[in-house]
Amino acid sequence: MTSTPGLYGTYGGRYVPETLIPALDELEAGWRAAQTDKSFRAELDELGRNFGGRPTPLTRAERFAPGKRLYLKREDLLHTGAHKLNNALGQAVLARRLGKSRIVAETGAGQHGVATATVCARFGLECVVYMGEEDMRRQRPNVERMNLLGAEVRPVDFGTRTLKEATSEAIRDWITNVETTHYLIGSCVGPAPYPEIVHELQAVIGREARAQFLQAETRLPEVVVACVGGGSNAIGIFAGFIDDAEVRLVGVEAAEAASLGTGNPAVLHGARSSVLSDEDGQISDAHSISAGLDYPGVGPEHAWLRDSGRADYVSATDEEALDAFLELTRLEGIIPALEPAHALARARELDAELVLVCLSGRGDKDLAEVLAR
Amino acid sequence: MKTLVVYLMSGPKTPELAAAAVAGGADVIELGFPFSDPLADGPVIRRAAERALGQGMRTRACLDCVARSRELLPETPLVPMTYAALLEAYGWDRFARDAQSAGATSLIVADLPVDVRPELRRVQLVAPTSTDERLRIAAEHTDGWLYLVALTGTTGARADASPALAGLAGRARAVTDVPLYVGFGISTPEQAQAAAELTDGIVVGSRPVEVAEEGAEALRRYVRTLRDAVDSVVAV
Repeated sequence: MTSTPGLYGTYGGRYVPETLIPALDELEAGWRAAQTDKSFRAELDELGRNFGGRPTPLTRAERFAPGKRLYLKREDLLHTGAHKLNNALGQAVLARRLGKSRIVAETGAGQHGVATATVCARFGLECVVYMGEEDMRRQRPNVERMNLLGAEVRPVDFGTRTLKEATSEAIRDWITNVETTHYLIGSCVGPAPYPEIVHELQAVIGREARAQFLQAETRLPEVVVACVGGGSNAIGIFAGFIDDAEVRLVGVEAAEAASLGTGNPAVLHGARSSVLSDEDGQISDAHSISAGLDYPGVGPEHAWLRDSGRADYVSATDEEALDAFLELTRLEGIIPALEPAHALARARELDAELVLVCLSGRGDKDLAEVLAR
Repeated sequence: MKTLVVYLMSGPKTPELAAAAVAGGADVIELGFPFSDPLADGPVIRRAAERALGQGMRTRACLDCVARSRELLPETPLVPMTYAALLEAYGWDRFARDAQSAGATSLIVADLPVDVRPELRRVQLVAPTSTDERLRIAAEHTDGWLYLVALTGTTGARADASPALAGLAGRARAVTDVPLYVGFGISTPEQAQAAAELTDGIVVGSRPVEVAEEGAEALRRYVRTLRDAVDSVVAV
């Protein structure tokens, strides 16, 4: 999808301190070598199948969306409860190929932190996860899971105390420990080649979903819907349909964290993208009930898909997401995470019969937040 | 004579603080333009940036700070140090032009490696992780001097001198004749002297930002201790 390596139109690139450039070069070379190595793909496939539980099923949600043929791609059933494991597994295998023994990561909702802590336990890697104090409060079960898995969770107690600051601190840790450490970024954001790596590792969602939908309906969906924070589950499911020009792609942002809907071109966390920012380039605060969407930036490829018109981006409010969360739970017996609840909120009202929604994660982590309302 | 570069965060009192630093013996002043998410900075400069933004130190106000510092310091090189996000929002060429009109001598952009916008005249940074080839390219493109980042890490005081500096300084010297000034992790006169022995000058940032909180006279006295330390190094 890129015209120049690392660039999506005018988005992407590498806006990082010089210290990291050789590490990004090394990562890029290691990634290229891995992609042409059949044993890398075979190892990932085997791990996805026997450790992760792939392929994940496709479930029709008949009661939730009467009158439509709406299907859920069940990434909530993946090991650790969200699509984040696809990326964490792939990057952990890559880190081992690069000879890195220590992993740092950021986490918002905690799903990426749990996935990273899980693969680090599985491979015997040291694991440090940065998490904003506000997110630690509202995603307590995931903090406890990370601790149990042997990861060190470092609270970030300044700024917004959410994913934005956690990401900055993870990058600062990487700058400091770059010789031994791989930065296992959790979304399709960051400096090149991260957006491409995360895209490729999450593309398994779209590959499976396309084949499953064809099997179920003997045709492609009219529209594919996914929630967008940084945008990794969306880019993963979109990847399966991007060449099918007749399939609409719709990303759903949180209303007060709509980087694509209301952001400006700006530089954040190593890349140029569409970012909630003011006229001086200072980054604005995002707000969302969903910690995973509470981020002022978005992957550069999404900014480019928006500008090119290939994908549309809309938004859902906290209340709309909560309603969808409760309705899917009661009508289908599936408790979704608050993040994909945003996608569910918009999916039902789309003018289409055949709809595919990425159910990117399960909602156990959100119970305290939802019950408190 | 070794060069002493002092970093200060832009703020309402910064021109007077810059003058005090020069009175204490600073040769060059870096003026931080605060960014909300400064990846290369440790806690001291990050907090200073938060405070400065709270005081309304946006790009336009920072450019005014350069202009007022220039009035007080007609001869001293003044170098804005900032992040790509500010230039992206302000306009890259416009930023360079307006900074120069305000009296800036050059520019440092902490998250803009030499491969990105090489045409923007600025002081290039190199790090212990930089390859010899990158050192050479950075030295070719740099504006006046090369900024050696002494360690792999963010800005801020460290207890010990960086073991990586000698290797970096030697590798940089082998590929270029431009002056080499070293920063990151230098705060004490002892560290200043040790770093100056390996290079053509030193940059101090986090400690002066802290001392500036105690006022101009405290800053002048602190900078004087650094001046004496680097002047004790016999030129080679």
